[in-house]
Amino acid sequence: MRLINRIPSRRSGILLAALPFIAVMIAYAISSDIRLTANPNDKLLPAPATILDTAIRLFTEADRRSGDILLWQDTWASLQRLLLGVGISAAISLGVGMAIGLLPVIRSGFSSFVAVVSMVPPLALLPILFIVFGLGELSKVVLIIIGITPFMIRDLSQRVLDIPTEQLIKAQTIGASSLVIALRVTLPQILPRLIANVRLSLGSAWLFLIAAEAVASDVGLGYRIFLVRRYLAMDIILTYVIWITLLAFLIDWALKTLSRRAFPWLEAGL
Amino acid sequence: MSFVSVRNIWQAYGDRSIIERVNVEVDQGEFISIVGASGCGKSTFLRLLLAQERPTRGEISIDGGPPAVEPNVERGVVFQRYSVFPHLTVRDNLMAGTAFKTRFGYLRGAARRQAMQDADEMLVRIGLNHVADQYPASLSGGMQQRLAIGQAMTAKPRVLLLDEPFGALDPGTRLQMHAFLMELRALTNMTVFMVTHDLEEGFKLGDRVLVFDKPRWDPHDPGLFGATITYDFDARNGGIPHQIQTEDTHVS
Repeated sequence: MRLINRIPSRRSGILLAALPFIAVMIAYAISSDIRLTANPNDKLLPAPATILDTAIRLFTEADRRSGDILLWQDTWASLQRLLLGVGISAAISLGVGMAIGLLPVIRSGFSSFVAVVSMVPPLALLPILFIVFGLGELSKVVLIIIGITPFMIRDLSQRVLDIPTEQLIKAQTIGASSLVIALRVTLPQILPRLIANVRLSLGSAWLFLIAAEAVASDVGLGYRIFLVRRYLAMDIILTYVIWITLLAFLIDWALKTLSRRAFPWLEAGL
Repeated sequence: MSFVSVRNIWQAYGDRSIIERVNVEVDQGEFISIVGASGCGKSTFLRLLLAQERPTRGEISIDGGPPAVEPNVERGVVFQRYSVFPHLTVRDNLMAGTAFKTRFGYLRGAARRQAMQDADEMLVRIGLNHVADQYPASLSGGMQQRLAIGQAMTAKPRVLLLDEPFGALDPGTRLQMHAFLMELRALTNMTVFMVTHDLEEGFKLGDRVLVFDKPRWDPHDPGLFGATITYDFDARNGGIPHQIQTEDTHVS
């Protein structure tokens, strides 16, 4: 049988999906063990048990000085910045993307501008943001917005243009105004794309968030990682990295589920 | 005075003439089939009728009105594909015919109930009442086209334009659609223009068959001259018009 026709059964599919995770864990455990036998004080690859202990401590024990659990504080601070940045970006890109896609006048005026702006490397603007908006929350949120909005606008306006002309003509022949076409033909068909877009942009959003927090902050997941780096506290860094990955995965999964629930017509043809 | 009057239409994109010197007068309630080889301006002519494009020269008027500058409610249309809204259920697609005329595109209260009732009547007429709450993607091609025709009718256009509406359907479904369309037409007596590739279909459904072709041909520059109506057949009474009147040709 050809390889391209070999489809794993449900059980072996789950097993195959778990395999890379298990392989990475085993590889880590072995390497960590080798280093720790050579030098029990090695800090580079802490034993899995040490990481687990540290994780439990980080999630449950309060900081002795402030009395707060730092990990949760960092999480709320970071999530707040992330969701604010991504939410504002989504709103802007939906409005501007639809305007560019639907209105030829706006398209002539803005589409090449957006194309050029989306080429500006956002991290290069970070110093400017710190100078203009100060070191507070605003500059971090603005960095996320600047980082992901141009790309989202480009993609969404293209999606609006991809809606078959036949539909727009049809809507006009049954008496729809530009506003009605935007509200009832374009918007509902573009919303699932917006969610897909947010899912794709979340990776970059996390990147910009952690970069901004690393440079100037006093709370946040990125800030904490770069703080404890000075003490080579790999157990804390790894706990934070796994926690961030889990958060990103959960947000992605929630958006995917929302998209499937909210837009049943997308799957009607399947 | 004829109902749809097409006077000396020319359409060119840059140096390329697509159609030229098209003149035709159509009475209310006539079914016009438009046939011709590929690239002979049939679809361009339909787009001009639809006011999706403006002609380079000449004008088209419906019932003596001014030439339209954009598609409007006077002209209903059914394309070969993508004519229905994929994100609306079958019933909502039909209700769109009334709902889209409002300011924000939504109906409320009595107007909504009335539109729903009208939609349900249309659903019975087009035979889709059993799939009222499904989305178009789950319908067969023939059902989608019936929905598209029904949707165009709910907006009560004065002229219905069909752009190869049955081109993507299998032969059996196509015959069913012919029967459906003739039935619907007998009920409403609507003026219809239908572009088709299928001569037989054109003669079967149409009262008149317009043939588009290029009467002039420059071998060094094929794009120089456009197509025009070269024949205008009377297709009533089974396509044997000589029993009633002489055929009218527009060869120039």
